[in-house]
Amino acid sequence: MTCLPAHTDRRLGLVIDLDTCVGCQACVTACKEWNTGGHMAPLTDVDPYGGNVDGVWFNRVHSYEHTTEMGGRTVNFPRSCLHCETPACVTVCPTGASYKRASDGIVLVDEDKCIGCKLCSWACPYGAREFDADVGVMKKCTLCVDRIYNDNLAEEDRVPACVAACPTSARHFGDLGDPTSAVSLLVAERGGVDLMPEMGYHPTNKYLPPRANTARAASVPAPALEPVRTEGGFLGWVDRMLSN
Amino acid sequence: MHPAFSVVFFTTATGAGYGLLALLGVLGGVGAILADFWLGLISMGLALGLIAAGLLSSTGHLGRPERAWRAFSQWRSSWLSREGVASVVTFVPAGLFGIGWVLLGRTDGWVVIAGLLAAVGAVVTVCTTGMIYASLKPIAQWHSRYTLPGYLIFSAMTGSVLLNALLQGFAVGSNILLAVCLLLSLLGWGWKLATWRHNDRLEIPTTANTATGLAGGTVRSLEWPHTEENYLLKEMGFRIARKHTAKLRRITQLLAFALPVLLLAIVFALPWPVAAVLSVLAAAAQFAGMLVERWLFFAEAKHTVALYYGR
Amino acid sequence: MSHGALRGANSAPSQRPLANTRAPDEGDGVDTSPDVSDSIAKTTCYMCACRCGIDVHIKDGKVRYINGNKDHPVNRGVLCGKGSAGIMQHYSPARLKKPLLRTGPRGSGEFREIEWEEAFSIATERLSTIRRTDPKKLAFFTGRDQSQSLTGWWASQFGTPNFAAHGGFCSVNMAAGGLYTIGGSFWEFGEPDWDNTKYFMLFGVTEDHDSNPIKIGLGKLKARGAKVVSINPCRTGYNAIADDWVGIRPGTDGLFVFALIHELLNAGRVDLDYLLRYTNAHVLVIQQPGAADDGLFARDGEGNLLAWDRVAKTQVNATDADAKPALTGSFMIDGRRCMPVFQLIANRYLHVSYSPDAVAERCGVPADTIRRIAAELAHVAFEQAIELPIAWTDWAGRRHETIKGRPVSMHAMRGISAHSNGFHTCRAIHLLQVLLGTVDVPGGFRFKPPYPRSTPPGPKPAGKDVRPMTPLQGMPLGFVCGPDDLLVDDAGTPIRIDKAYSWDAPLAAHGLMHTVIRNAWAGDPYRIDTLMMYMSNMAWNSSMNTVETMAMLADSDEAGNYKIPFIIYSDAYYSETVPFADLVLPDTTYLERHDCISLLDRPISHADGPGDAIRHPVVEPDRDVRPFQTVLIELGARLGLPGFVDDDGAAKYRDYADYIVNHERTPGIGPLAGWRGKDGTSIGKGKANPDQLQRYIDNGGFWHHEFTDDQRYYKMANRSYLDFAENMGFIPKAEPINFQLYSEPIQRFRLAARGHGRVLPPEGGRSRIETYMDPLPFWYAPFEEAAVDTQIYPLHALTQRPMHMYHSWGSQNAWLRQITSQNRLFVHHQTAAGLELVDDDWVWIESINGKVKGQIKLVDGVNANTVWTWNAIGKRRGSWGLKDNAAESNRGFLLNHIIGDQTSADANGKRYSNSDPVTGQAAWFDLRVRIVKCAAEEAGFTEPQFERFQQPPRFEPSPDKLSFGAEFRMKREAAE
Repeated sequence: MTCLPAHTDRRLGLVIDLDTCVGCQACVTACKEWNTGGHMAPLTDVDPYGGNVDGVWFNRVHSYEHTTEMGGRTVNFPRSCLHCETPACVTVCPTGASYKRASDGIVLVDEDKCIGCKLCSWACPYGAREFDADVGVMKKCTLCVDRIYNDNLAEEDRVPACVAACPTSARHFGDLGDPTSAVSLLVAERGGVDLMPEMGYHPTNKYLPPRANTARAASVPAPALEPVRTEGGFLGWVDRMLSN
Repeated sequence: MHPAFSVVFFTTATGAGYGLLALLGVLGGVGAILADFWLGLISMGLALGLIAAGLLSSTGHLGRPERAWRAFSQWRSSWLSREGVASVVTFVPAGLFGIGWVLLGRTDGWVVIAGLLAAVGAVVTVCTTGMIYASLKPIAQWHSRYTLPGYLIFSAMTGSVLLNALLQGFAVGSNILLAVCLLLSLLGWGWKLATWRHNDRLEIPTTANTATGLAGGTVRSLEWPHTEENYLLKEMGFRIARKHTAKLRRITQLLAFALPVLLLAIVFALPWPVAAVLSVLAAAAQFAGMLVERWLFFAEAKHTVALYYGR
Repeated sequence: MSHGALRGANSAPSQRPLANTRAPDEGDGVDTSPDVSDSIAKTTCYMCACRCGIDVHIKDGKVRYINGNKDHPVNRGVLCGKGSAGIMQHYSPARLKKPLLRTGPRGSGEFREIEWEEAFSIATERLSTIRRTDPKKLAFFTGRDQSQSLTGWWASQFGTPNFAAHGGFCSVNMAAGGLYTIGGSFWEFGEPDWDNTKYFMLFGVTEDHDSNPIKIGLGKLKARGAKVVSINPCRTGYNAIADDWVGIRPGTDGLFVFALIHELLNAGRVDLDYLLRYTNAHVLVIQQPGAADDGLFARDGEGNLLAWDRVAKTQVNATDADAKPALTGSFMIDGRRCMPVFQLIANRYLHVSYSPDAVAERCGVPADTIRRIAAELAHVAFEQAIELPIAWTDWAGRRHETIKGRPVSMHAMRGISAHSNGFHTCRAIHLLQVLLGTVDVPGGFRFKPPYPRSTPPGPKPAGKDVRPMTPLQGMPLGFVCGPDDLLVDDAGTPIRIDKAYSWDAPLAAHGLMHTVIRNAWAGDPYRIDTLMMYMSNMAWNSSMNTVETMAMLADSDEAGNYKIPFIIYSDAYYSETVPFADLVLPDTTYLERHDCISLLDRPISHADGPGDAIRHPVVEPDRDVRPFQTVLIELGARLGLPGFVDDDGAAKYRDYADYIVNHERTPGIGPLAGWRGKDGTSIGKGKANPDQLQRYIDNGGFWHHEFTDDQRYYKMANRSYLDFAENMGFIPKAEPINFQLYSEPIQRFRLAARGHGRVLPPEGGRSRIETYMDPLPFWYAPFEEAAVDTQIYPLHALTQRPMHMYHSWGSQNAWLRQITSQNRLFVHHQTAAGLELVDDDWVWIESINGKVKGQIKLVDGVNANTVWTWNAIGKRRGSWGLKDNAAESNRGFLLNHIIGDQTSADANGKRYSNSDPVTGQAAWFDLRVRIVKCAAEEAGFTEPQFERFQQPPRFEPSPDKLSFGAEFRMKREAAE
């Protein structure tokens, strides 16, 4: 059913810290690796060793140069499904293949119903949809729905593969519908933002902006160094210090 | 947006087909067009043929066409589903009308109702098609008040020009219809120019800044996630050079509007069969012009995902 | 400081599973609990040198999924982009299938398959002849080898000094600079105190060997809001997240550091107490120009180092803990003028030539920025000092109630070391750390055991006396303390084929693998017979001057004999080097083998305790391949090498696994330190334990020992730690390790250049030794910069591996190549504008060594005098299972083609290796270029191009489609 649930019990999603992401691609391949054998298996790679290589990936990391009057910064930017509250990718789906789960807000594709019309990918402003040309259906990030509740994994491993892998701890997971959850607190503390808020899709995932060149940047309130005033200059200072 | 031929042809052909069907349903049903078997057969055949060919072509765009039947299920939320339902539903009154009007030669009773219903179905279907595009927020050139009227105008325009060609062909042309064709072509021309003007001046609030959440200053793409093109870029990262656009816009105007208007204007003063030949030429030129227009409709449409790739 | 209660690195509250992980009743038919694996094998990753613990999930005999091992001390559950793509490396279509014997010309790729028995007999016959006649005619060089304690020992048992791994072209400057100064170094030798540091400076690093630990650490700094300052021409990788990016001009980091030191000294912001306790700052240096002992330390009759007691006003044993040594002044000892090391330091770095204003322009860093950073360093080190409430006792028995720390930490790597001035720059950074008192203190830089070791560590390189059928007297690689330790003959000619430990590169602690092919080809210093290599792509991205290197490998003399007569190469993949081999020994993938990551070699210790690890086969090879180490052990036995056979000549070890368990380097010390002794209760030293490997497997593939709290810091002088280190065999005696700010071993070389001593440099090479063997760090322009006309070649050119390929062995992988299959040359906008270049232009990149063509990408985040590109993306057609139209061989390019492997000729016409003159470290980053827009018809494809390699027998074309994982789903759904 492509009508959206009026309410979801939870709003599961990711919080991505752009201040910390070094662009190492760990989340990218961890996602690929888990999901190519997971719920939407396979994540087909066409021409994997050739000149027209094109694979299905649920998570991709861009890099940008962000320049303001305060300075410039290189920003690594992971991009995946934001599991929006009002995802048009779901409502445009003619077959009911795309849907938003009422229980946890995860946006999924039921592959058996998908006709591969690609309209959902047109409706998604974020480029979160990935067409598997070999299978002929649309695929996308499942928020690792086959991990986060998986009884066959140890409790501690029940997080999305990208979050588990991220070496810098730039990725966080939880219920963004619960204002007291750790992720919600993190978003509040760090001024997390929505992507393209003007689209009105109300993405669940949040991005924490880089802190360099802002008031939030780490800084050291160091007074300028003054030459030692002791007689004899630096060597005199050494002697005095040692004789104290 | 990538101008896939299957979709370009689909929207152009069904637009013309539904326009023609609507005119036939109304004018045939009320007896404004006499129920001539061959005229009826060819005109209904052309209308339904364009619709069927368009719909068939659109399935060429599908990854799993054998499941296309599933697309009728989500009419409550999806314009594409509604289009599917409307297009199929329209076949019922259209078929009945065809039987009544063409085979039975009737222009009364249930045939009138079927004709009117077919016309309503055609208009609804064209509306749903227009809404598919008009509802897509990520594509500002489509998500505009120009899109839906455009689909309706172009459907009426191409349908009427086709109908005129058919009637002229059978030497039963009507100056009123000719006038309607001329007016619709001029309206279409004007609408297209207005649309382009609107799109060229669009101030899209979505930028690389809002796309990345990086406030202020400039955000420039440094490296793509993957160095080679992927589905998103092939489907939605299509780029067309400004020079190329200008040329295609001129071709569109010439073929879809200027030439048909000129030819149709001349037809007023000409007898059959020259009038018929020019009318058919006008319709053919317009159809070709509308294919170019529709190609541009896609090619000039910029999806927000391109912002992530610095396009 | 040690691990928190929660397992794994990603255990912040915002990274944990849902409070309730019971699947909600959604009713959408999604299987939220699919079966993941039949079994989980815990082993060690080998996608790079980081050695993370991995959980390999096996399903239906196939690798389903690999994730990080949460208990593992290196990665604590996280895994990088390479590690998570290991599946594609393991199932690569480029894997070799069987031993190969060359049939066509060298470099053609024409081979026939042979049986292992034939391979062994060919190798054995060849090598036994060499061993009987002249063992040094075997040159055995390995690449990204993590088994150097075996491979080096094998070379030693064979009797050839010609052994090294790839350290000489990787980061020996960093290792040697550190080991000769503080007895440890960055990377595997030490790490910042991530939990306590408040100010982190990163030099020349965008990604590193210590891949995940640094990333985990940066995550911690970011979570705490500690300041990250990066000094790097490129604003990528780690530099992207710095709070402060200093886009320095390449090769000038030394100047920058000296300016910081200048500022700190000038302001009296150095830790004198620390200097007195832990360094040789107070040791007296003889100042007698012209004398044979000028610049050496003053010693008493018993050889004790001397200092000047400023209270007693007399000479005193410098190691006397109760003395009050002077740090400044000039004193007469036995009629000779002497000065404390610190006085010499002050004299040098207080000089105006090292002031921020004097260096700013050359560094491309504003003087105010240098002054600000110096002020910040001082502020954090001295005003934000920390104290941990832990009592400890120092080497002299003095008890300290707390552990004091200066929370400034630093890390440096290849950007510093891969210059011809890298050794001294590394020393400069260590000097800065020590002056601030931040080495092995809370919040500072911390050693990883077995470091610190003495400065330099003990064993000297063996190879002075090479004789047939005779093992070397020790290991081929070691540390020289003066000219007497060099491996040169009486005429000063190098003994080693790579000229390591010769006057060309006296402190070549890792050898010079990058010189071997040229030297062997030229017969300089002599001709060899067989070049045996392992796991290093020397015919492509691991060599400088690739075009000529390939030609040298395939070159023959007038008689038609190859100049390098025989080449044996072991690799797991069909790399660019395989086609140049005469005999190819196919290796396994990392999931099909045993390995040990040993304390004898490059262990997985972290600052809170030593550790080591194993690899064990988690899947069976489906090809006729064997692990190289097992092959080497069998070859050793067939050759009858002493360490590899029993007294009766029978093979001593069945395979590498058997060796790992039973080999003892010295009594009780073997490759693995955990679960030693018959019952497995000993650590470090103990008898071989037949169950040792199983104990490792049961423990997740690794062993790790956690220090007591009082052992964690001040390891160079910590009684409890030093006793532990002696017991473990890390250091010969529990004596303090004194940081050598002034290096006497280096001064001994300088004295030789002045004609003192028995072993003297050749006449023409003396000024070079005099200049560069400076006992205190100094700065000089990188050699290529000094040699070329910088008007003609105005730009520096750098390479870096992308994070997702850094130090990766296979380097080619169906997933990773999708991320980067074409490399661009990154050019600053301003620079491009000046050259009238626009984004995506194709350009010739020209150096004095040649030219290569590539496509540019304009950026802001780079030093404007610098261009750079991703390294090792360009591939040669026919290699790595890539198709002919692959971007890697059509649009990707290799900058190596234009990096010379030799310097310009000096006044005597001598050309040295393009390396640091102290250590022989390859000076990759000295490169100077110009870029020129190419003609329109030249755009769109890279040049130079090379002939396509033939494919080995039975190589199928690589697949057109990969649906990896579909089989797991089909099976799951069939079972439902």
